[in-house]
Amino acid sequence: MNGTNGLATKNQLPPPTERIPLLRWLKQNLFSSGFNAVLTLAAATLIVVIVYGLLRWAVTDARWDVIPANLKLLLVGTYPPELLWRVWATLYTIAFLLGGSARLHGGLIRRVATAGSAVAIALALLPFPLATRGWIAGVAVAAATGFGAAALATLGRSPRRTKVARRVELVAWVLSFPVGLILLNGVGGALPVVEGRNTWGFMLNLLGAVVGIGLSLPLGVLLALGRKSRLPAVRWVCTAYIELIRGVPLISLLFMASIMLQLLLPASIRPDLVVRAMVTITAFSAAYMAENVRGGLQAIPKGQYEAAYAVGLNGFLTTILIILPQALRAVIPAIVGQFIALFKDTTLFGFIAILELLNISRSVLGNLEWRGTIFELYVFIGVVFWALCYSMSYVSRKIERSLGVGVR
Amino acid sequence: MQHGRRTTPLWRDIRFLRIASQVLFLVAIAAGIWWLLGNLFTNLEESGLNLGFRFLGDTAGFPISEGIAYAPTDVNSYAFLVGIVNTLRVAVIGIVLATIIGTLVGVARLSTNWLVRKLASLYVETVRNIPLLVQLFFWYFAVMLTALPLVQEAIRLPGSIYLSRRGLYMPWPVVTPSFRIWAWYLVGGAVLAVGVYIVRRIQLRRADRPGLPIVPALAILAAAAIGGWFLTPGSPLGLDVPVLKRFNFEGGMWLSTSFSALVIGLATYTGAFIAEIVRAGILAVGVGQTEAARALGLRRSLVLRLVVLPQALRVIVPPVTSQYLNLTKNSSLAILIGYYDLLNVGTTIFNQTGRAVEMILLIMGSYLTMSLLTSLVMNWYNRRIKLVER
Repeated sequence: MNGTNGLATKNQLPPPTERIPLLRWLKQNLFSSGFNAVLTLAAATLIVVIVYGLLRWAVTDARWDVIPANLKLLLVGTYPPELLWRVWATLYTIAFLLGGSARLHGGLIRRVATAGSAVAIALALLPFPLATRGWIAGVAVAAATGFGAAALATLGRSPRRTKVARRVELVAWVLSFPVGLILLNGVGGALPVVEGRNTWGFMLNLLGAVVGIGLSLPLGVLLALGRKSRLPAVRWVCTAYIELIRGVPLISLLFMASIMLQLLLPASIRPDLVVRAMVTITAFSAAYMAENVRGGLQAIPKGQYEAAYAVGLNGFLTTILIILPQALRAVIPAIVGQFIALFKDTTLFGFIAILELLNISRSVLGNLEWRGTIFELYVFIGVVFWALCYSMSYVSRKIERSLGVGVR
Repeated sequence: MQHGRRTTPLWRDIRFLRIASQVLFLVAIAAGIWWLLGNLFTNLEESGLNLGFRFLGDTAGFPISEGIAYAPTDVNSYAFLVGIVNTLRVAVIGIVLATIIGTLVGVARLSTNWLVRKLASLYVETVRNIPLLVQLFFWYFAVMLTALPLVQEAIRLPGSIYLSRRGLYMPWPVVTPSFRIWAWYLVGGAVLAVGVYIVRRIQLRRADRPGLPIVPALAILAAAAIGGWFLTPGSPLGLDVPVLKRFNFEGGMWLSTSFSALVIGLATYTGAFIAEIVRAGILAVGVGQTEAARALGLRRSLVLRLVVLPQALRVIVPPVTSQYLNLTKNSSLAILIGYYDLLNVGTTIFNQTGRAVEMILLIMGSYLTMSLLTSLVMNWYNRRIKLVER
């Protein structure tokens, strides 16, 4: 029944939208009853007061020059200026890959790539120093190059070449993870190791989120499978881990990582603060991820397992090919929600003396020249996080719709 | 059965493989833990430390600015208890406020009023997408410590409530000598109320009629309280009003800036998440349910109470439980804005005594206990309102 309906709707037009005159719209939506009219007036007053106050402050009192003057410090912290090209190179790699994926898949990825490039171009038009504007515009150029390269690779649209190109794309994305980290951190030789990793500003929030997301998802899947395992020992250990981690706050785990790790490890192993923070946030997030994935696993009907065994797949292949794709698809919103939470949680790194965006903003406030710019800085930080988190949840809603989850 | 003699080789026997893999798994885990513990004892020995909780009986020696009565001469274990009580205080008040905010905003998001709907979603989308710590810092450092006036120029709100950088001072009831007499009226009323509640409940059960036995019981309690108030000679409760002295206010109830910032931040943040859950819960009850109930002739208030709410709560309770737990755990961010919650007191004790392992065990244990208790209570409640299936 679902299937036929789903097919039929593709050829049907959406129902006609009713055009309502403005006055009737106002009556229906704002003044339908006396109570509603009061509500409308109260809400309107609230909005006017807040917007007026905010605007007056933002236009007259606020010292917005604190942001451009400290932008480099806030975004990359103490990253050496002469090595900044590495940050750009990492960004360009991601933009290049995104451009390529946009050509190979179209749809949502293309829209994300277009939006990203548009933001880059818009930022390049702002009055930064000319060199900075060049670097920023490079992001859009890299995306366009990636798009072109993928177009060349799939010239003639032969299915075989597209298939090969997609394989290359997948490998490239996976490889971009270590390559980016090596580029940013350095390995010695031609790429000297960058010192002072714990003072990289907003880059640490992004790195923490990317590393945490990249590692906690596979770990979470393993834990969820372990919790559903038929082997009691595996099940108990996984359940205990998940429940223990979920029962305590992240900040107490960070506290533990900062003081107890040197007790639990031999004196020869002394991971630095950033590594500790990343390991902690991964271990923390994996437990939550496991619960999300478990929700997806529970949604899989038993028939799927039975059918997979009936066609001769073993347990491993059943999980990889049949169960996980469906389970993960069903919980994409929850997983993206966890990604957003993890990204927001990177602000807690400040607790163990890591200068991420929020913590490094306090060093700006400590500067006499910028005393009293606390509102400006917090508004800036809030807007940065808001923009990234909101776009993530927006993309997640789009993915959800394009996969048809929740539509029956 | 006739092939019984052909034994399966051990490495292909699924029963053996299962047991073997589990043993292997457990041995690997145990080896890891053994290694960590070995390191721990070596490291402790090298730094001349030993394990044990005896230090909890030592004098704490550090001040805690708010909470139940405490002096720096008290012992560490009592200081830790003060921290636990402070955490619970923030958590309980935060949960109540977050529930109120969440319910109001969740309903507002479904309002027929366009402006109210948009305002509610603006709030939810803004608050949910900004890290809680940024919001707490905003409330504490920017609003409480920068935007509010100094204590001498405190903002005076109606009802003798004063707001300044020192925090919030407000009048608070205090017990007077005649309170004892009034307390007897209260106790009597409570006993009577419980009796009426039980009798009424049994009556209703026997008659198989719906009804709320709590209503007459509450009415009796209220009557006893009000009647007793007038019968008691003198006023049983006095009002302690804060008065500005030379450097600070004296008297009344004091809520510190860090406490206020923490409560406001936690309640508005969690409230936004609860709003989304409430909205989803109400939407999950089909329109047909309301229509059918109306068609049966139920009043609007009864439709809400008997049809919509029980079904919505079933969807709402489990995710709201985890929000309550999140709020409790997030209250540990208190340490970053100087409120003495259990983590803050715990780390202070660690700094004083150097007892890392013990303090971490205590801190983690406290949080785990709280989480466990909350989920037990909420699971019990959830089972009560769960759908009764065949």
